[in-house]
Amino acid sequence: MALLRQHLIDPEVCIRCNTCEETCPIDAITHNDDNYVVDADICNFCMDCIAPCPTGAIDSWRTVQTPYTLEAQFSWEELPEEAEHPEESGTETDPAHLDDEVDRIMEKARSGLGAGKLVPPYSAAHPYVQTYTRERPAVARVSGNYRLTADDASAEIHHIVLEFGSQAFPVLEGQSIGVIPPGTDDRGRPHMIRLYSVASPREGERPNHNNVALTVKRERYEVDGQVRYGVCSDYLCGLKRGDEVQVTGPFGSTFLMPNHPEANIIMICTGTGSAPFRAMTERRRRNMPAAPGKLLLFFGARTPGELPYHGPLKKLPDSLIDKELVFSRLPDAPREYVQDRIRQRARDLAELLKDDNTHIYICGLKGMEQGVDEALADVCRLHGMDWSTLRPSMRESGRFHVETY
Amino acid sequence: MEMINYDEKIPNNVNLSQDRRLQRALEKWHPGYIDWWLQAGPEGFQDVPVYLRTAVGVDPKGWAQFGFVKMPDYRWGIFLAPKEEGRTIPFGRHKGEPVWQEVPGEYRAMLRRLIAIQGDTEPASVEQQRHLGKTAPSLYDLRNLFQVNVEEGRHLWAMVYLLHAYFGRDGREEAEALLQRRSGDEDRPRVLGAFNEDTPDWLAFFMFTFFTDRDGKYQLEALAQSGFDPLSRTCRFMLTEEAHHMFVGETGVMRTIEQTVTRMKETGITDPYDVDRIRELGVIDLPTIQRYINFHFTVSLDLFGSETSTNAANAFNAGLKGRFQEVKIDDDHQLVNDTYPVLHLDGDTFRYVDEPALSALNARLRDDYIKDCGSGVGRWNKVITKAGIDFELKLPHQAFNRQVGQFAEAHVSPEGDVLDAAAWEARRDDWLPDQDDYAFVASLMKPVYEPGRFAGWIAPPKVGINKQPGDFEYVQIAE
Repeated sequence: MALLRQHLIDPEVCIRCNTCEETCPIDAITHNDDNYVVDADICNFCMDCIAPCPTGAIDSWRTVQTPYTLEAQFSWEELPEEAEHPEESGTETDPAHLDDEVDRIMEKARSGLGAGKLVPPYSAAHPYVQTYTRERPAVARVSGNYRLTADDASAEIHHIVLEFGSQAFPVLEGQSIGVIPPGTDDRGRPHMIRLYSVASPREGERPNHNNVALTVKRERYEVDGQVRYGVCSDYLCGLKRGDEVQVTGPFGSTFLMPNHPEANIIMICTGTGSAPFRAMTERRRRNMPAAPGKLLLFFGARTPGELPYHGPLKKLPDSLIDKELVFSRLPDAPREYVQDRIRQRARDLAELLKDDNTHIYICGLKGMEQGVDEALADVCRLHGMDWSTLRPSMRESGRFHVETY
Repeated sequence: MEMINYDEKIPNNVNLSQDRRLQRALEKWHPGYIDWWLQAGPEGFQDVPVYLRTAVGVDPKGWAQFGFVKMPDYRWGIFLAPKEEGRTIPFGRHKGEPVWQEVPGEYRAMLRRLIAIQGDTEPASVEQQRHLGKTAPSLYDLRNLFQVNVEEGRHLWAMVYLLHAYFGRDGREEAEALLQRRSGDEDRPRVLGAFNEDTPDWLAFFMFTFFTDRDGKYQLEALAQSGFDPLSRTCRFMLTEEAHHMFVGETGVMRTIEQTVTRMKETGITDPYDVDRIRELGVIDLPTIQRYINFHFTVSLDLFGSETSTNAANAFNAGLKGRFQEVKIDDDHQLVNDTYPVLHLDGDTFRYVDEPALSALNARLRDDYIKDCGSGVGRWNKVITKAGIDFELKLPHQAFNRQVGQFAEAHVSPEGDVLDAAAWEARRDDWLPDQDDYAFVASLMKPVYEPGRFAGWIAPPKVGINKQPGDFEYVQIAE
């Protein structure tokens, strides 16, 4: 039986003002002397009740196998805890569950980590994996599609928001989802699934709207002098609001963010590799803005116009995140890459690397991997540490993660 | 002179740009309104960005747009809930006839008076609360205060719209007078008593929004039933906003209680009457909170008017003002032969007397209100019980401390015991806040303007406004 996202009202926050019941166009909300409740059999997730609620109590959700009855909800003094549903999802340690197709992509993306078992940070939340497959995909609906990069930028990067409606699609920051492009290839076979890191935190791009954001670059290449576009990225970037998309996943059970507030997170990326870091940063911003752990971001692009989320990123306060935006094609400046900036920040990095709470994540083009690795080795050397022993120990303790493509 | 584009300035769903006469009238009224806001509205903070909710449409998604805006630039719009096709008058002697889209001549004066009285309460509370910004316990609370204020301002607009659009010259004069009266002013006071009382501190503000604004909710609910359709639609939309004011009050008092019992628990104080030690912790003791409840509840009960009232009966008969949730009540909605039990004081004993239901409408609305207040107080008590403190907040008896209606002359304790005047006076300070209580609460009213921080007497909220994080800078006070 599929999981359901049930809409509930938090009885501890609700003031029983009747606004939601008044607003609901299909009478899915009712009350007794104690509580206001949502009838899971009627609610169609139109969200009309969300904005008028003065308290935010209406914006409560639980992933359930069997919906809570009205009687149960009437009796609550507080919301029940979110239950775990492990039987609904395989995990990556069980290869029988994994699509070969997805497996191959993931393996390639993590080849930079070397051999050995991959582990998530000890404090990471338990991920759901493979809830939806090619045989049984989720059907998402596009609720937004915006171009992020400047009109004259050579890279065309889109911010795409997908909504899952009543289908539960729980994801964590760092996980990916698969997209099945419609149609078949030249030989009549269905197109390969493409994976995209989610760019939104676990509560969704808009909290509790059961949606995810993706950062998608329209891949462009030339064959015999003719411009061609990547099958899936071209499909995604061309989607309109309301279009349906077949989605599989979620995928990934190790490239996950640590949940403990003391965790320092060093994020190194280029281009759309920033997606998981946007998710992690948003998670921190929304849920623990005063966390003692540091966020340090190295983000490379050719120009500011090609750096996705450049505007919003610049507005984030330094108290939340230490940002190093690095550009390789500025008109009057020498070319600079993330590894150059890593070396400049050697002292701060060394300080962080000495701390067991520090986690490193690298995401983006394969090409940057070696340069970053050498730069980190230099940082260590300068400060009396040995990267060749630190790196495997960080990896084994779930504190060093790579996803490159 | 610079021309203001009123169509752009005033978000509306009343086709303002199509009605030149109305637009001119509002253009004339608008500068006076802004003058009033600057003179009598929030003291200070007029030039800082505040994170406010603005209604830009009446559909559920259009009416809660959050963003930073300086208060004088707030877009006070005119919104009526969507028209229900085929709506008929739900009660009174015209029951079943199509609702009126224009003012029926015979009820013109009565209707104008109902609208003017409702309109008078809206700016009054803004005036009563104008100095509270100076002592806000957090930026979150400061923002909530200003949200309440701008929405009361919008409700004034809503009533002024009706006066301008439907009552011609008389209406324009009434609208002007709404800007001239001032809360607590000796020469030009606001119409109703509770709206001339002081709101001396934030606990009083929370109590006011819980008890007095709830009276507003019940009055609006009764007017939302009206056979005069523009009034009904206006009030239905206002009710959605009014809910925010209840929220500020209910959670404000709850957070105050929560902080008190948390600090008591931390320091091992279990006796809620160990007032001196509790006050030393910098939190408000529960008995003081009870006295604030006693005061604000009874002052608000007076707002419902006399228990039996010919005016109320006339307004009902005429189809102008109904009962709370009229259409959900299962009776003939005309009440000609019905009775309603009204509490009477007979010597030293209270007893219910069946009165003609038509003249008992105020009593009935008040009873609905009392029940609603009671469930809110019940939720406050859960916080106290959860902390393991043996104390129960209670609504006082409805005859306690009344100035209006049949109990005005009686001397009744909060428990409902009938006393003589001297005995009542002797115990007054046990039941109602005295100068010492006010002075103590005032001593705690120190502003906290640092994002994410709260004054020591109040707990932080469970959820931010529009789900913002805890340290969100709701009011951007310039350095």
